[in-house]
Amino acid sequence: MRISLRWLNDYVQINLPPEELAHRLSMAGLEVEAIEKLGDFWDSIRVGRVVRLEKHPNADRLWLATVDLGDRQETVVTGAPNLREGVKVPFAPVGAKLIDPAQGKLVELRAARIRGIESRGMVCSEAELGISDDHSGIMILPDDAPVGAPLREYLGDVVLDAKPSPNRPDWFSLLGIAREVGALTGQPVTEPPAEYAEAGPPVGALVQVEIADPDLCLRYCATVITGLKIGPSPEWLQRRLRAAGMRPINNVVDVTNYVMLEWGQPLHAFDLDRVIGRRIIVRRARPGERLVTLDGQDRALPPDALVIADAERAIGLAGIMGGANSEVSETTTAIVLESANFHPTNIRRTATALGLRTEASIRFERAIRPELTVPAARRATALILELAGGQAAQGMVDLYPGQKPETEVTVTAAQIKRLLGTDIPGPEVHRVLGLLGCRVEEPEPGVYRVRPPFWRSDLNIREDIIEELARIIGYDNMPTTMPAGPLPEPIFDPRRDLEEAVRDILVGCGLQEVLTYSLVSKTLLDLFDRNGAPEPLRLVNPMSAEQEYLRTSLRPSLVNTLATNRRRGEVGPVKIFEIGRVYWARPDDLPLELKRVVGVLSGPAGPRVWNRPERELDFYDAKGVLETLFWRLGVDVRFEPGTDPDLHPGKTAVCLVGNARVGVVGELHPRLIDAFELRERPQLFEIDFERLAELPRNSRAYRPVPRYPAVEQDIALVVAETVPAGRLVDIVQGTPYLERVDVFDVYTGPPLSPGEKSVGLGLVFRAPDRTLTEAEVRQLVERLVRRLERAVGARLRA
Amino acid sequence: MITTELEQLRAEALASLEQAETLDALREWRVTYLGRRGRLTQVLRQLGTIPPEERPRVGAVANRIKDELEAAYEAREAVLKEAALAVTLAAERVDVTLPGRPVDLGGYHPTTLVLREITSAFAELGFQVVEGPEVEWDYYNFEALNIPRDHPARDMWNSFWLTPGGTEAERPMLLRTHTSPMQIRVMEKFRPPIRVVVPGRCYRYEATDATHESMFYQFEGLAVDEGLTFADLKGTLYAFARMLFGPERRVRFRCDYFPFVEPGCDMSIDCSHCGGQGCRVCGGSGWIEIMGAGMVHPQVLRNVGLDPDRYQGFAFGGGPERVAMLKYGIEDIRHFYANDLRFLRQFRW
Ligand SMILES: [Zn+2]
Repeated sequence: MRISLRWLNDYVQINLPPEELAHRLSMAGLEVEAIEKLGDFWDSIRVGRVVRLEKHPNADRLWLATVDLGDRQETVVTGAPNLREGVKVPFAPVGAKLIDPAQGKLVELRAARIRGIESRGMVCSEAELGISDDHSGIMILPDDAPVGAPLREYLGDVVLDAKPSPNRPDWFSLLGIAREVGALTGQPVTEPPAEYAEAGPPVGALVQVEIADPDLCLRYCATVITGLKIGPSPEWLQRRLRAAGMRPINNVVDVTNYVMLEWGQPLHAFDLDRVIGRRIIVRRARPGERLVTLDGQDRALPPDALVIADAERAIGLAGIMGGANSEVSETTTAIVLESANFHPTNIRRTATALGLRTEASIRFERAIRPELTVPAARRATALILELAGGQAAQGMVDLYPGQKPETEVTVTAAQIKRLLGTDIPGPEVHRVLGLLGCRVEEPEPGVYRVRPPFWRSDLNIREDIIEELARIIGYDNMPTTMPAGPLPEPIFDPRRDLEEAVRDILVGCGLQEVLTYSLVSKTLLDLFDRNGAPEPLRLVNPMSAEQEYLRTSLRPSLVNTLATNRRRGEVGPVKIFEIGRVYWARPDDLPLELKRVVGVLSGPAGPRVWNRPERELDFYDAKGVLETLFWRLGVDVRFEPGTDPDLHPGKTAVCLVGNARVGVVGELHPRLIDAFELRERPQLFEIDFERLAELPRNSRAYRPVPRYPAVEQDIALVVAETVPAGRLVDIVQGTPYLERVDVFDVYTGPPLSPGEKSVGLGLVFRAPDRTLTEAEVRQLVERLVRRLERAVGARLRA
Repeated sequence: MITTELEQLRAEALASLEQAETLDALREWRVTYLGRRGRLTQVLRQLGTIPPEERPRVGAVANRIKDELEAAYEAREAVLKEAALAVTLAAERVDVTLPGRPVDLGGYHPTTLVLREITSAFAELGFQVVEGPEVEWDYYNFEALNIPRDHPARDMWNSFWLTPGGTEAERPMLLRTHTSPMQIRVMEKFRPPIRVVVPGRCYRYEATDATHESMFYQFEGLAVDEGLTFADLKGTLYAFARMLFGPERRVRFRCDYFPFVEPGCDMSIDCSHCGGQGCRVCGGSGWIEIMGAGMVHPQVLRNVGLDPDRYQGFAFGGGPERVAMLKYGIEDIRHFYANDLRFLRQFRW
């Protein structure tokens, strides 16, 4: 809503600087997003009259204009095509500041000689004054402009661009805002004049109105004016409409728009001679009914759309837009002026269905009050008579099926204190509510019976009234306390702690956390195997194909993040992870939202440095991260060769806890490496957070520090290359006194035969009650080697 | 006789010691003079040949000289060791300007960092963290929050729909547009006293620009109990703002409208960038809006079966990205989920 302060000043005296007014309104809930100052740089610009216009002696297309400023005359050179002798124009003397339309910024006007003639100033276009973009000619001022007057006094304005909240339809009108300003500053509010002579025949003799669907039309008022003359509106009216962001059309249409801006009540004028049968029927659209609206669109009317019809056809879409078939035109001489109130929800649904939001529908859907129809109709009728002439019919059509009893809200001093945490003294309650136009009775002390003014449709319950008190007194003047009272029972949520722990550990392992979009493209999702997930949920109204489906897996997002960063030129290691949700559809219910942890490690193992050999991140880097993670979480996990359709079949391990598969780690399948056009071997891991959260964790019970020293013994075993190292470790597990086993070396090549490998195991033995002797350890190792020999044909390497 | 010999030996030994330039030469000296077969021992062996009454005196001289030589040896050894160490240290010099061996660095997403700050600030105020679904029923996202179908306030939240017909569907399902549906779910699940803070993802059908993303995070707070007031809301948010943005921050409460609160407000902090004078960061106003808030609307309480004559509460919500943008001076929200590593790696703490 654009608020011209010059206009607003018609209804309430503004005794604050614009910035302060904007601040006060914003604090009270009407957010002012911008303050536009029209003419703040017009310091020396004045109204002048062109008294003489001559051809420039040395140039065909230039003119010499002599401008009378009252106290002196100045001659300027101009190329403007639209000057005539006698017109009034803005005159800028040398030294004035003007906008250079070519540069769009302020420049100071200098004296100039143009083709030999000195030009001591300029007559200005609207663009040069910052009024509009129009630079096609000089701005012609209305005849009433006082010659010599500073232009700012005559034309300057400040426009506040404000954003009314949906609950305040009254803020969609200048009068409503004037009332707010009045409440905030204590100034009285004057309603505009609406007196006119009802010189014509009774209104009922000129038009018949019937409300066929009273559930959708709460009130219908209409006046009739005959014998009027359509023409352009006067300059002041056009200027105000433009300041409000509307386009002037003709005097009748402009008045309906003007009064809508003034009162917040949308109005519509029908050409009476085009209303067939001079009958107006407010009814639902008929099945299949169409209407060409004023914007020229031929529209199929949705079911339940409310139309204004004449005896034969729809002539307007109620509360949204008039019909072309009854439009006021240059030849119109009589009009029906409609000032009605329609059901807000119905208007909103029809407007939404048609994709047609208008100034009228915006106001109706916010539930403006039916009380507005009469004063707005009277005001508009009076203005039309003034500007277009004609005769007003006697009386006014006023059908009011939706009349409701006046709202009354009772609020007590105790309730005020209970909500705000402070007492508001009785006189203050009366004062504030009175400023807002409420009528307040106090049948017993501390009990307020409040009847809000008709324009405040948002005041219905006691909390609404209490908010008004706090708002006008000022939220910053309300007390500030800390909540007392008991704290709630703690909500025990181990999942949250676990999630944060996983995040910390992965970051500690050198991974960068990413957060990727939950919405992905089908193309991206389909690159990966569905892996047991259901079909992804599709948005009914996606913004783009890139963000059309709810992801069922985090893998595509993470690999895509790697690829995107490579395309951006990242050449170093990429080690990323995300803890996020996937969305698995269920029939007739919200989808399951399951948490997953997915990581990708790819590229060089580290930045290039002088003292570390370069190598690529590989499977064991990713596995190491998972080992660290599970170890830190106290989860005993086994890694076994496994398969996953997205991963390299020879470089995939599943993470098992008992028989539960909690995760997988492996190298990205070459098919996907190709699909993402990567020139590296990304390693990927995924953990099913839901399963992880359900796992038993190792007891954190303390184990005594060993009292006797350990004995360490390294052995090298030769086995077939196909025997997994993990198998060797599994076999030796359980050997008495064996405390730990480390695989410290794996070797293939001479002198071993092809197909053989040597595996170095570091064994640590310890007895709890004594120091093991060398002989004992030797025996233990021999037994252990024999078991390996039986199981996998291992032999000790010499 | 023998004492003269001892004195000569002493002088010779001390002079010789001066000549020992290396630790090896020093050890040789020690063998020569103080060793088991050394010169001093040899002289002392002659003690048996002198008269018994002379022995104590000569013995005393011998011992003094021995102690003196030992002390001189130790002093010399210390000097030589220090010199040798200095040589070794000089030889072991490295180029300390070469970079160290890098330790792998990970990092948190800035949204995570800020959400952790926010949730721990509210934890200090007694608020516990809960989470809720991102795919919601229209009922929780709108209806129960006093935003009926066809209410113009719905324009404040453009939605991504999962059911055909959007809001016209029999049971409309959508991506939550705010974390506020968790107000309803929490009040359905827990009875007062309630104090929770809910972080999570939200989605809006909105053209993206420097300050709008179609996916973003919010944090939602809710406190419900007997006797909670608007003053308590102000106090809680004031404490939060100062914990997050520093104890010198000033706050401002403005009237604002959300259908599920009454009275409603927003909270701004004074712009630390310009000290409240007005600048580009604060859009010239000197204030930066941080959160929306208000007292839980009585209809919302009734919707979850709480008696508004007994219980009152307050709710608040804000965007962690906005907080992060302020804290780190990020100018465009679209950086957050583009996951450019050059962006993400900047946030270390
Ligand atoms: Zn600032």
